[in-house]
Amino acid sequence: MASLIAILDLKGKPLIQRSYRDDVPPSYVERFLPLILDIEEEGQQVTPCFSSQGINYMHIRHSNLYLLALSKRNSNAAEIILFLHRLTQVLVEYFKELEEESIRDNFVIIYELMDEMMDFGYPQTTESKILQEYITQESHKLEIQVRPPMAVTNAVSWRTEGIRYRKNEVFLDVIESVNLLVNSSGNVVRSEILGAVKMKCYLSGMPELRLGLNDKVMFESTGRTSRGKAIEMEDVKFHQCVRLARFENDRTISFIPPDGEFELMSYRISTPVKPLIWVEAAVESHKGSRVEYMVKCKAQFKRRSTANNVEIFVPVPDDADTPKFRASTGNVQYAPDKSAFVWKIKQLGGGREYLMRAHFGLPSVKNELDVEKRAPITVKYEIPYFTVSGIQVRYLKIVEKSGYQALPWVRYITQNGDDYSLRTALEKGSTPIVPM
Amino acid sequence: MSIRGPRKGENYELSVDLNSEYRDKRKDAIKRTIASMTVGKDVSGLFPDVLKNMQTDDLEQKKLVYLYLMNYAKTQPELVILAVNTFVKDTDDPNPLVRALAIRTMGCLRAEKIIDYLCDPLQKCLRDENPYVRKTAALCVAKLYDLKPELVIDNGFLEQLQEMISDSNPMVVANTIAALTDIHIAATSQPSTSSSDPGVFVITAAILNKLLIALNECSEWGRVAILNALARYVAADDKESEHICERVVPQFQHVNGSVVLAAVKVIMIHMRGVRREDLIKQLVKKMAPPLVTLLSSPPEVQWVALRNINLLLQKRPDILSNEMRVFFCKYNDPLYVKVEKLDIMVRLASETNVDAHLSELKEYASEVDVDFVRKSIKAIGQTAVKIESAAERCVNVLLELIATRVSYVVQEAVVVMKDIFRRYPSTYEGVIPTLCSNLEELDEPEAKASLIWIIGEYANKIDNADELLGIFVDSFTEESYAVQLQTLTAVVKLFLQKPDSSQGIVQRVLNTATKDCDSPDVRDRAYIYWRLLSTDPGAAKAVVLALRPPISLPQTTVSPALLEELLGEISSLASVYHKPSETFVGRGRVGVDIVQKKGMDLTDERFSTQKALQTVAAGQQAENLLDFDDAPSPDGQPSGLAATEVLSTTPAAANLLAGTSSNPLDDLVSIFGGMGGSGMSGGGVNGIPSAVAGSGPTVASPVQAQQPQDDLLGLF
Repeated sequence: MASLIAILDLKGKPLIQRSYRDDVPPSYVERFLPLILDIEEEGQQVTPCFSSQGINYMHIRHSNLYLLALSKRNSNAAEIILFLHRLTQVLVEYFKELEEESIRDNFVIIYELMDEMMDFGYPQTTESKILQEYITQESHKLEIQVRPPMAVTNAVSWRTEGIRYRKNEVFLDVIESVNLLVNSSGNVVRSEILGAVKMKCYLSGMPELRLGLNDKVMFESTGRTSRGKAIEMEDVKFHQCVRLARFENDRTISFIPPDGEFELMSYRISTPVKPLIWVEAAVESHKGSRVEYMVKCKAQFKRRSTANNVEIFVPVPDDADTPKFRASTGNVQYAPDKSAFVWKIKQLGGGREYLMRAHFGLPSVKNELDVEKRAPITVKYEIPYFTVSGIQVRYLKIVEKSGYQALPWVRYITQNGDDYSLRTALEKGSTPIVPM
Repeated sequence: MSIRGPRKGENYELSVDLNSEYRDKRKDAIKRTIASMTVGKDVSGLFPDVLKNMQTDDLEQKKLVYLYLMNYAKTQPELVILAVNTFVKDTDDPNPLVRALAIRTMGCLRAEKIIDYLCDPLQKCLRDENPYVRKTAALCVAKLYDLKPELVIDNGFLEQLQEMISDSNPMVVANTIAALTDIHIAATSQPSTSSSDPGVFVITAAILNKLLIALNECSEWGRVAILNALARYVAADDKESEHICERVVPQFQHVNGSVVLAAVKVIMIHMRGVRREDLIKQLVKKMAPPLVTLLSSPPEVQWVALRNINLLLQKRPDILSNEMRVFFCKYNDPLYVKVEKLDIMVRLASETNVDAHLSELKEYASEVDVDFVRKSIKAIGQTAVKIESAAERCVNVLLELIATRVSYVVQEAVVVMKDIFRRYPSTYEGVIPTLCSNLEELDEPEAKASLIWIIGEYANKIDNADELLGIFVDSFTEESYAVQLQTLTAVVKLFLQKPDSSQGIVQRVLNTATKDCDSPDVRDRAYIYWRLLSTDPGAAKAVVLALRPPISLPQTTVSPALLEELLGEISSLASVYHKPSETFVGRGRVGVDIVQKKGMDLTDERFSTQKALQTVAAGQQAENLLDFDDAPSPDGQPSGLAATEVLSTTPAAANLLAGTSSNPLDDLVSIFGGMGGSGMSGGGVNGIPSAVAGSGPTVASPVQAQQPQDDLLGLF
């Protein structure tokens, strides 16, 4: 429960705010930033929720904005923080970018959305697709009066009736993101696969869908033996359209899909993963004059696959200058704003291995107190037609009472997660790197 | 009509446009009025002009006018009455969107005058054929209760809400539950209600079934409301508890993290009633994966999850025993997430995973953020205290960190070493020379105090202890009080162990402390030592060198009763702050009484523990009584309950002192380096147990009973 929701700029000035209950005066919004500054001054960390003088401040950051909720009660912190994220998401879907300007330009519609998404401090409808059906930016054509879509209160709150397509099609994307941490001695310390099944649904009527995966638990519980590999998903999350009780009972994924694009499910697998793209860097640093890097990159997956748009970020000291690069493939750029250089390889074939060298100048005067940052190497990539886990869509059954035939299309892709990092930039002072 | 402003300026222009004969112009003017309102300008003077535009077919315009009314109704109560007619008419509109909007806005106006007109339309809307209107009306009852509870009761709205729990539409059910819960909270926090009053919303077995059915059908936020209500249900027997758990478990698979946490809460509560061991095992097992998945959420959500996971682990340390690695800090995690992860890592550290754990902590200790580095080093110390078999590895990591000579790293490592000495007395003495060699670099009071404590504690084994302590005695008056207190105690310890060589220094420190020191605490402690030493050196020994029990890492950071209470409120602010809600929710004057009452009976057993501790300490250890330092962690005060040290003539010390070089501790280092910690026991440690057995336990025993808990709390 929240008494007030506000969006503030980084200086703490409220751009827009909405009171839902009377117990917290709106003036408290302006105390938010001074409080944060006080906390910082005392050497404490600012946490997403804190309380001051009987008022609870719950906030999130989005680019250059604070989204803030105030409450006087012992509110549900998880619910409110998630609501603030959902509000952000909806506003982004409405305005593409959520920033000071888009808020000023669209305050009318933001008020409308805030009115619709929360009532008396309790979150209501937060599905942007549904909201877009009755809260629109083109309000000029008001001759036809909008009505609340059935979906707002329907048991099937995510799909309206009477949808019609000439060609009934479903596109399934299975996307696996690999998070991985390699320590400085080259061992994988932590790894996980975050998988997502995304759908684009162009189906008429109210179709019933059933999705079959090579799910190990399902095979085991039904006593069936699988042909080929079965995978063990550690935690599965579903879009609200999926019948959870049914999944709990017999692992069947059955649902009436929303129209258009949505994420049907996500899963997590924490079996150890070999780094698909291995990177190591040798660093030779001559304090006060220069620093040299030799970076090796190796594609550790099957030859018939190819990684696209590989980007390897190697951190360098903040004050490095006059970069020189030489790479056996792709091209290299210095990104001083990120204190790193980026090695970009458009296509990296499986089993291939490449080298690059970099040379930077360093200022001769150095602040002794500076502790060197030891950021890890990070890698971005995409490998199409391939999943690390080996997950497979066995079938997608589509049943609608009109009995039409629909075609499912399936694509697989593996990519880096938001944390694919290798702490392998080792300082090797004693073994000099051969000069370029 | 209100007093008009001058016939110029922005508001005047707006007022003209609001009264324009053209529709578009009027609508534009409303928008501009709202824009002014948004940037904080006072446009309340335009109230009558805006009001005129209320009756319109343009839904957007209507919403804008309503928005304006919500903002200014309180300041213009006598004018709001003019809007009532339109509102009431709108609740009869053929479009359900308009009906809902009208009832929703009326509830938000919060003007006394309009409330009486709200009841009839509300009555109607609660029975509306459209579920969208009904769900809005349900919440409106809660709004009305907030304003004028007697109206809700007189009009029978409560009974009506009770009926609506059986509504065919799950969204209506969810909002009805939310409204009833809200009213329940408001009613039970009133001063007039006694705690025995069951409240307005009692969940019966019949309601339970309706909730369980609606749970699977309603939207994500509705599920949270329903799960919260389920958490309040008191199960009749274990069968019912099992049933609830089984029905709620599928919610773990929900994509919304607050649904997952609400489900965890319900399970944690109703699991208390489950007697089937296999089911409990199964539930705990199923809880782990969704909790781990929450760590892939945005950082703020992660933080809320981590705070709750911390509580869950205090109750059930086994939940995530195999998942320590997922709590490893990412380089880009915000500090508040990293700090929570560190804490959980220490909780999950065990003999099997301690190597990976330590190498991570070592990595963190070389990062740039000073705060995080310090906390990582602390975590190494906690790990050493927690896992005996890994203590030596921890000490080695600390030595490596000290070798970096980065000032704050060294200082924190010294503080941590002191805790390790308190856990494993006389075990890692080989480290002492290294610590002492960094003496000059210490500039933080806590680090200095820690090193001084170590020197005092092992004064009989450090050849130049008098020299080292002399440095601090020389600068005594310039040091902070914490350092002064430590110096005082350490010198007295030194004197009691080596009376021959340190007569001069003890005299000097007592003189300075009693004459030139402006802290009454320091002075008083010095006087007590002085008198103790002059009247009965034997008693002084028994007090100052009394044996203290080793510290240990606590399983919980809150009292058991509070832990249970907080687990019943998983995902709420209380569970995030780890504090009972009474401490941060102000309820006016009533609040204070409740807090006090609660504080007495269950919330903070810690207080009573501390009180008991203080009494004990007061009786036994005068010096601790004087110790009013406001540092939150008692471990910053190692001297406190000083222990018996009867070691001065033990063979170990003799062996040591017989050493050859000028600094006998060099030998220790070589022993340590060559054979590891176990090598130490050969000479150094053996003497202690027998000595302890001989020393008078009268002093130590009552303290022992209380002391550990105090230390535990301090460690975190």
